[in-house]
Amino acid sequence: MTSSSDALRSDPAPTPPIPGAGPGLPVVDRVDISDVTFSLEVLHPQMARAARAGQFVIVMTHPEGERVPLTIADFDRDRGTVTLVVQAVGKTTREMQQLCQVGTDLHGMAGPLGVPSTIGSARTVVCVGGGLGVAPVYPQARAFHERGATVIGVLGFRNADLVFWEDKFREVCDELILCTDDGSAGIQGLVTDGLRLALEQHPDVAEVVAIGPPVMMQACAEATRPHGIKTVVSLNPIMVDGTGMCGGCRVRVGDQVRFACVDGPDFDGHAVDFADLRSRLGRYRGEEAQALDHWYHACRRAENAVADDLIPAPTGQGA
Amino acid sequence: MAKRTIRSIPQDRTPVREQPAAERIGSFDEVNLGYDADEAAREAQRCLFCADAPCMSGCPVSVDIPEFIRKVSDKDVQGAYETIARTNLLPAVCGRVCPQESQCESVCTVGGALEPVAIGRLERYVGDLAISEGWSQRPYVVPTPYRVGIVGSGPAGMACAADLAKAGCQVTVFEALHLAGGVLRYGIPDFRLPNEVIDAEIAALERLGVEFRTNTVVGRLFTVEQMVDEMGFDAVFIGTGAGYPTMLGIPGDSLGGVLSANELLTRANLMKARDFPMHDTPIPLGTRVAVVGAGNTAMDAMRVCLRLGAESVQCVYRRSRAEAPARAEELHHAEQEGVEFHWLTNPVAVLDDGEGNVRGLRCQRMELGEPDESGRRRPVPVPGSEFALPCDQVVFAIGTNANPIIGQTSKLVLNRRGYLQVDDAFATSMVGVFAGGDIVTGAATVIEAMGAGRKAAASIKRHLGIRDTSLWYDDPEGARFGIAAHERNFVRLRLAEREPAYSAGPASGAPTVPSTSTAVTAR
Repeated sequence: MTSSSDALRSDPAPTPPIPGAGPGLPVVDRVDISDVTFSLEVLHPQMARAARAGQFVIVMTHPEGERVPLTIADFDRDRGTVTLVVQAVGKTTREMQQLCQVGTDLHGMAGPLGVPSTIGSARTVVCVGGGLGVAPVYPQARAFHERGATVIGVLGFRNADLVFWEDKFREVCDELILCTDDGSAGIQGLVTDGLRLALEQHPDVAEVVAIGPPVMMQACAEATRPHGIKTVVSLNPIMVDGTGMCGGCRVRVGDQVRFACVDGPDFDGHAVDFADLRSRLGRYRGEEAQALDHWYHACRRAENAVADDLIPAPTGQGA
Repeated sequence: MAKRTIRSIPQDRTPVREQPAAERIGSFDEVNLGYDADEAAREAQRCLFCADAPCMSGCPVSVDIPEFIRKVSDKDVQGAYETIARTNLLPAVCGRVCPQESQCESVCTVGGALEPVAIGRLERYVGDLAISEGWSQRPYVVPTPYRVGIVGSGPAGMACAADLAKAGCQVTVFEALHLAGGVLRYGIPDFRLPNEVIDAEIAALERLGVEFRTNTVVGRLFTVEQMVDEMGFDAVFIGTGAGYPTMLGIPGDSLGGVLSANELLTRANLMKARDFPMHDTPIPLGTRVAVVGAGNTAMDAMRVCLRLGAESVQCVYRRSRAEAPARAEELHHAEQEGVEFHWLTNPVAVLDDGEGNVRGLRCQRMELGEPDESGRRRPVPVPGSEFALPCDQVVFAIGTNANPIIGQTSKLVLNRRGYLQVDDAFATSMVGVFAGGDIVTGAATVIEAMGAGRKAAASIKRHLGIRDTSLWYDDPEGARFGIAAHERNFVRLRLAEREPAYSAGPASGAPTVPSTSTAVTAR
């Protein structure tokens, strides 16, 4: 499947995209944040106008592809773009890392999906982002800032090299606590340590937003539970359609079954059954490995074919 | 021709050729192979052409069934197609998926003494031939300046779009998924309704000038209010269906091997997961699958599982076979293909294997008691009858609820169950916004949704001031109410007859784009 020639432009056209032209969804900017994380800025003016903090999109890279849910990490109504931050961990995201260069088009992007985050009247909020959750928590931090709240950002990274968007967060946060595993930037520790620090320094914190891996969101919810502070988490279960149709994204919240795509993705972190979420996230581990394996083989075949001068190569620069 | 009587017609229903059960469960090719010309002509001989045509009243869109069968009988299949297409835009689809045995065929006069005329199979024969021969209605469309937006590209939306396009409106259909067709695409599997049939029907709509926009989630990308207030749509039709699956709410229903029939079918049909890893979407493969429910969706799910390689597929249903809501043909095919049926069996818990996967389904036996509000006898548990059914995958096909997105994002009035509230004319609480299909009635059939889409289209035409003339002038006796057919002001649509005068006409064939539209709609 990687041999499809239109998806593989070894030399992206340098012409700037015309806003709103054609049905394509051009990638207008891309930043490789680390060797596995990259951001894509996609032109879709209608979506940029509609997007609110906390929403996500479903992306397809090609007609045979999966529908991948990705949280909207940023939207710019003036530029007419939405920004997605992708971590290349599975077959489709690695393929995106290879194929989605500036000047290429996404095959499809539906959204903005999900119920927008409630930006309440809390005067002081903490926005916690860990790992993949750093980017998605940005729109919420910005929305609270625009609402006039005091925003404390707590961001977690493995080390200083992986820190990104620090300047963007500094613009909207009144205080920013960086946490790294090795202490190479900010404090040494997990985001929960940063969160505890923030709660100690600001006894008036009325709301915490935590986005990241399930285990991190659970730890944050447990950290705030004794204080009785409202804690909102954004869940990322397995989805197919993202429009409330398949029920694959169902999560247990309190004694109810809710669909993350249409009832969420934001839920009360103190009521979410995280054990259930983690167990359901692992349902396709075998198939994920199989897809990745199949893809690697296809790539190798394509490379060999290039060596034989037969067909053009998938020469993504990010891989 | 001598008048046909119940004694003079062929007594036996013409059987339809099918792929043998053992062969077909290895592929997604269509099971029912349909009639050929001779078989169709023979079956058409069985129609008595009743003057009162009870079959027509049994059809939600009132297809002129005796007339089309008469034309099949006369070997005028194109004429038959035109007869059907006057009221039913998708004969190839409806011939396959309508529950004829509870609609037209249930009231067939022949059915009083013999097996009823195989109306569905004849309709499919006509529809398939129309696709392969490239027949389509080539209406003479008088353009109007009106723009109509349709939310959802399933059967209700497609039927509504067709009628409005023929009435000269500029129609745009918005679809949330990446392919159009709604439940026809994601729900009904290929072996029952091949994708090529859906593609052909959508292409026919595009030839009528209907524009499809996929990956467009109305309510989220823009709201219904915005469509009317900002985007220049003079009317909106909502046909978003009842796609929100119901889970049973029994212990263990969030285990790894438990999924909704919608998820299974969406992965298999829409995402082509059966070709994994050639297509990227995976599908969970159980070796012993239990499917809860006995409707068409349940039958589809079971037969998909067989084709994906399940060793055994078991149906668990709390009522008896007589109450099963599936089409007779689907139930029959599922039985032929080796599905094991556990009637009068109610699941009470999904059993955990200790690692978050399914080990079995705890069930209890039921017996039928007094009739409930649906008229069916209510199943009541038999005390002490619990048993464990071993399985490693459980699929729930127990019904769906209203899709919540439109309700969440608009001020439209919903009823208690979350469906859109409409009046007799399919008008919602917002002026100019109409709705029909499953989003109004709850889960029903394809043809009922199409019927609702057509009735809503008629209401939209009235709302816009477009006279709905098609029903009046279709009368073979000629004009009624003293209005002549050539009065253009009233006639937005004339079916192009196969006479050269029309087919050579300037506007036949490709639909005309109204030249005034930009000026009028750029408000």
